[in-house]
Amino acid sequence: CLVLGLSFPGLAQTSVSGTVTDAQSGETLPGVNITVKNMPERGTATNANGTYNLNVPSLQDTLVFSFVGFVKQEVPINGRTTIDVSLSPDVQQLEDVVVIGYGTQQREDQTGSITSVSTEDFNEGAITSAQELFQGKASGVSVTSGDGAPGSGATIRIRGGSSLSASNDPLYVIDGVPLDGGGVAGMRNPLNTINPNDIESITILKDASATAIYGSRASNGVVLIETKTAEQGQDLQVSYTGKASYQTIPKMLDVYSADEFKNIIGQQHGQNAVDLLGDSNTKWQDQIYNPAFSQDQNLSLAGSTGFLPYRVSLGFSGNSGILKTSDMERLTGSVTLNPSFFDDNLEVNLNLKGMRVDNFFANRGAIGSAVYFDPTQPVMVGNEDDPWGGYYTWTNSQGNPIPIAPANPVAMLEQQNDISTIYRSIGKLKLDYTPDFFSNITATLNLGYDYSDTGEGQVRVQENAAFQYDGSGIGGLWTDYNQRKENELLDFYVKYQNDFPSIESSIDFTAGYSWEHHLEESSNYSTNRLRQDTTVVYSDTDFATENYLLSTFGRLNYSYRDKYLLTGTIRYDGTSRFSEDNRWGLFPSLALAWKVHEEPFLSEFEKLSQLKFRVGYGVTGQQRINQGDYPYLGTYTQSQPNAAYLFGDEYIQTLRPEGYNQNLKWEETTTYNIGLDYGLYDGRLSGTVEGYYRKTTDLLNLVTPPAGTNLTNSILSNIGSLEVKGLEFNITGIPLSTKDSYWEVSFNATHSVNEITKLTTGSNPDYLGVRHGGISLGNTIQVHSVGHPRSSFFVYEQVYNENGEPIEGVYVDQNNDGVINSSDLYRHKNPDPDVSFGFSSRYEYKNWDASFSARAEIGNYVFNNVAAGASYIGLYNSTGYLSNTSTQLENTEFWSSRFLSDHFVENASFLRMDNITVGYTFSQLPDIVKSLRLAATVQNAFVITNYDGLDPEIFGGIDSNIYPRPRTFVLSASLNF
Amino acid sequence: CTGDLSTTPLDNDVQTSVSVYETQGDYEQVLAKLYAGLALTGQSGGSGAPDIQSDDEGFSNYMRQLFAAQVVSTDEVVVAWDNPNFQPYNFQSWSASNSFVFMMYSRVYYEIALANEFIRNAKGNNDPTIQTYNAEARFLRALSYWHALDLYGGGVPFVTENDGVGAYNPPSISSDSLFNYIENELLAIEDQLSAPGQGEYGRANRAAAWTLLTKLYLNAEVYIGEPHYTEAITYAKRVIDQGGYQLEDNYQDLFLADNHTANGIIFAVPSDGENMQSYGNTNYIIHASVGGNMSASNFGIDGPWAGNRVTPEFVNKFDLDNDSRAMFFTDGQTLDIEDPINFQHGYAVTKWQNITSNGEPGSRPAFVDTDFPMFRLADVYLMYAEAIERGGQGGDNSEALSLVNDIRERAYGDASGNITSSELDLEFLINERARELYWENHRRTDLIRFGMFTGSDYIWSWKGEQKDGTATDAIYNLYPIPSSDINANPNLTQNPGY
Repeated sequence: CLVLGLSFPGLAQTSVSGTVTDAQSGETLPGVNITVKNMPERGTATNANGTYNLNVPSLQDTLVFSFVGFVKQEVPINGRTTIDVSLSPDVQQLEDVVVIGYGTQQREDQTGSITSVSTEDFNEGAITSAQELFQGKASGVSVTSGDGAPGSGATIRIRGGSSLSASNDPLYVIDGVPLDGGGVAGMRNPLNTINPNDIESITILKDASATAIYGSRASNGVVLIETKTAEQGQDLQVSYTGKASYQTIPKMLDVYSADEFKNIIGQQHGQNAVDLLGDSNTKWQDQIYNPAFSQDQNLSLAGSTGFLPYRVSLGFSGNSGILKTSDMERLTGSVTLNPSFFDDNLEVNLNLKGMRVDNFFANRGAIGSAVYFDPTQPVMVGNEDDPWGGYYTWTNSQGNPIPIAPANPVAMLEQQNDISTIYRSIGKLKLDYTPDFFSNITATLNLGYDYSDTGEGQVRVQENAAFQYDGSGIGGLWTDYNQRKENELLDFYVKYQNDFPSIESSIDFTAGYSWEHHLEESSNYSTNRLRQDTTVVYSDTDFATENYLLSTFGRLNYSYRDKYLLTGTIRYDGTSRFSEDNRWGLFPSLALAWKVHEEPFLSEFEKLSQLKFRVGYGVTGQQRINQGDYPYLGTYTQSQPNAAYLFGDEYIQTLRPEGYNQNLKWEETTTYNIGLDYGLYDGRLSGTVEGYYRKTTDLLNLVTPPAGTNLTNSILSNIGSLEVKGLEFNITGIPLSTKDSYWEVSFNATHSVNEITKLTTGSNPDYLGVRHGGISLGNTIQVHSVGHPRSSFFVYEQVYNENGEPIEGVYVDQNNDGVINSSDLYRHKNPDPDVSFGFSSRYEYKNWDASFSARAEIGNYVFNNVAAGASYIGLYNSTGYLSNTSTQLENTEFWSSRFLSDHFVENASFLRMDNITVGYTFSQLPDIVKSLRLAATVQNAFVITNYDGLDPEIFGGIDSNIYPRPRTFVLSASLNF
Repeated sequence: CTGDLSTTPLDNDVQTSVSVYETQGDYEQVLAKLYAGLALTGQSGGSGAPDIQSDDEGFSNYMRQLFAAQVVSTDEVVVAWDNPNFQPYNFQSWSASNSFVFMMYSRVYYEIALANEFIRNAKGNNDPTIQTYNAEARFLRALSYWHALDLYGGGVPFVTENDGVGAYNPPSISSDSLFNYIENELLAIEDQLSAPGQGEYGRANRAAAWTLLTKLYLNAEVYIGEPHYTEAITYAKRVIDQGGYQLEDNYQDLFLADNHTANGIIFAVPSDGENMQSYGNTNYIIHASVGGNMSASNFGIDGPWAGNRVTPEFVNKFDLDNDSRAMFFTDGQTLDIEDPINFQHGYAVTKWQNITSNGEPGSRPAFVDTDFPMFRLADVYLMYAEAIERGGQGGDNSEALSLVNDIRERAYGDASGNITSSELDLEFLINERARELYWENHRRTDLIRFGMFTGSDYIWSWKGEQKDGTATDAIYNLYPIPSSDINANPNLTQNPGY
């Protein structure tokens, strides 16, 4: 301060002093920051006795008192030289405004189950996708990250989802614009077009009383994403964030080395196999992975000129993947203008976001091939003009590639070029009008769009690539594809808000209308590589589809004595996806809350700052049915030219009548929720306990229709029901808050169980269920069965010898009929965890900060398909090639694959340290820089697990995944000007 | 604005059922789909837009499943693929939840549903061409119902064009009623189908209906417990006398890439490397028959799938030195089968190839040009002789002997293999049918007719999951109705023993 003080030599040196106390306890407060308003450089802090002394330029200035955990106070000096201040504990967390559908609400007034995560709580690091910002931060919300591919998405499940075969993805709403549910062709993840740096807050609506305002799309929860805006009169703030990250490969799948492989082939197979061995020593996984550098740059300007608050941001992100040849570059820009007109009667919010993403996809087939390719063979045996581009290739006696042999992984990467460029723009214009003559009413018009265009998607495979060899002289591949999506939205709603002091009530009522249109067009043209020589068309398709959604909705918030709260919502949705008879659905909800802490009888419990009971009930729907936009309509589809039929000497392209279900409708989920929000010690300890029961009926389920009644053997029908029960708990505490130190810890736990209660119209007790979860050789490993959790593993019970080793092919005869057949399969465990935990902590000491966030799952089981596929017989194929395999083979020493053994259903409980960050904020800076923070982060720092496979965190429970999740080291700098 | 909700498909390749039946070309395209239901797996060549849901689109092909049900379950094939649903076909140990059982059954009823949809729309149209189309659709439906009767017996669901698409439970039909239905349908359409020699290749004509009638009658004792050998003779004779077909001179030419030019094929399921691509039908048969030391390119294909070989009991039916139909590949192959999932155990078969009669490879190695002769003249000759042996009236013994010896002469190249009238008996005929018609989807039906499929009268390697074979339960004479349909349709009763 001294240095800075000297830079203003002309200023008067009047001093102000005083004592700062806690308004509630009366105790003095050390460490309170005091600055002169609009002169953040001129400041001090209270000492251990809570007193301060500050030189001020003028006694007409204003002092700003701020301290963590307390409400900031601005005090005009008004000529005084002694100013004593008492600060009120920060109940700001309670006063926060949260975003809900079609409006906002005071957090303390909320009646539903809502978790909000804002900027300060976001995970740090090399984050390319919004989901990663709140991974592990919210109970009941599981975020399973994808793999190591740049920009690859994460799967979000809010309370485990409510469907079997329809989508379990939540509805995403960005700045009031619901995103189209499906993906964008050529994109790894629908959310990664949003620059995470632009995101202000993410709100997760979990129970039906909160989500029912989104009606037919709300069963799997709603994720509301709000981006940053500027405020009226705000000074220009320029922010820059730069990140550099380095991705490493923490663990690759253990396979046999060249020497081990030679030994095993010699021991297990005959001379024919030994003759195939080579002399090289190739670590194929080393050949396809490399550490990767990424960078992320963001610049934003936020300010206000005249009547116009604005925020402009620009971001660039360049991400290489650890799998060679994979890369993603993303350019994002956004403009937000939120001016007001007519004395603030009309508030305008214009928001435009644009993105361009260039994807370079690596051939993922190389990952599998690198595991299975013979380590005794070299990468290259010639140069690019030689057959198969000079890459070592398994060939038959004619010198042609053996199609079922593993392909050379390096060739797969280098001989394929798979790129796409995607443009996407999301925008909205929102007008809020509050008339002078009736200021209780606000009318809102919201116009939004979400357009995306895969301008150039193309895949090229060189004509001499062995992995594309089809047996003829015509080789390689040239595919062009594109896709265009146009989603449009119009919302109009009116909000009426009034207090009625005479009856101690207040009312907040919203009613509105919504119209959405979703259009998709795509095409694909695929041929051999050299079109100028011969053109063999593999596919030539175009596709177009659309759907509409019309809705009216209403919500009433009623508060009595500011203690008893009621929220009722209703939405009436019509979708074009169902027949006229089933098109409309009504989705009501009701919730009650009681702010117990406002009751006089609790006033003596001073330590209790919040205690609120909530109960809620609601019905929501699910119309994202994964079955196109016309599932109720009888349609005919023309065949491709290569699927024609010969009449005489003419090939006729056929017309196929498609199966359809005229009676299709939404599935409906009824949720009951009970919750308790608590806060102690002025909010320094706070959290929520919640329980819920959810039942989905008319489950959208792919069933086998009675044979002969439909034009398919698998039709989507509303059959079955599913129940989910869950408990959620979270707590956030601030154990330490002093002048120099601040420590906050959060912990959340989630327990849920699901059970399928009905799957068929009949009640045949012998009905097995819906088998799914396909693995190798036509096996399916999972089953949806009545009375069991969904996706239970359906396997044989392995018999072990006295040493605990599995005896190959020997299983328990469950029904004691003396034969081991499919009647002896049993349901054994399931992929969902019994309990999952999130744990995070943030510690600040002076200018230093350190934080981590970790997650754990207990009781989640995984079918280790990599281990199950490892067998001695698989190492040699008599058509003339060898295959390496996972060293997990040593655990079983099975001669052939025993895919249905429960030996491979493994407990995959784990604890993963997602993120560790250390940061330093510089306080002594040149004038021009307001703040500078440097931080270092390790993402995916470590995993603790007993699971045998590469990584225990497998979405869906079948581990065929051998793509390592990278460990990422990130350095970042944030500057504010 | 609620009008927005009444959308119709935007895609040019998609039409609604209202707009599809306008021109004759529309009808032709839908009829082609009915035929393609046998040959292909979906609307995209190879795979990509499957007709039915299955473990794997390639497996879901009608002809490929028929091969599994009718051939792999017999002494004609031991499959090497270690597939838990397929291996039971080697052993006669399938269950009602077996996915291959489900795929075959799904294919049969998918075909019936397709035919019903077409007939619903075509039957009121008086255009004579469309009436011929309609008769062909009824033929294909009868063919599939015959497969249902043959594979599952009576008790299967019964739907016709009078039942719509939607949620209802079809009644089950007794074997007597189903037999009569198939018979009446074929008799009713006989005259509407094109005359032999006049219709287009790839489509069913009158002779196809006669052949199907012959097969229905020949097996009537199995199906409904009453003999119809006289009728079998009538319709076999009609094919022989009025069909205008001749035996192809060279046996192997019936199974090569240009077999559309071979003689004696009454009804073929085509295949074409460019225009009719699938992983079923003959493409499967040829790929799966190649493995071990066999050269894929010698068979005109891109690579071996190393699946199907024959049992030693089957090999031993041949005079290996003189019978040219004994087309086995033995280099590196053992005669005996120690291990069913080792392709080199058991002789491989070279009968089916994607090579033309001139020795040229087919148009594309990944997808073969070889058509599948579903019905051919030699089968009719042998059925004619068998119906006489079984006591049918109206046949001529010496004509039967002469027709059988035509087949023998073709096989031996001269009269050295000819038989005498005393040698022409049922035992000879079941073995001759094996030698002449192996790997053509007849074997299971034939063995059942002779009481040799299950039980202990005839044992072959790995029957009953024993290396040397063992007796199996008679329940396996019928396949089970898949458990999924038993569950979906309360009108159905599972076949005994499952």
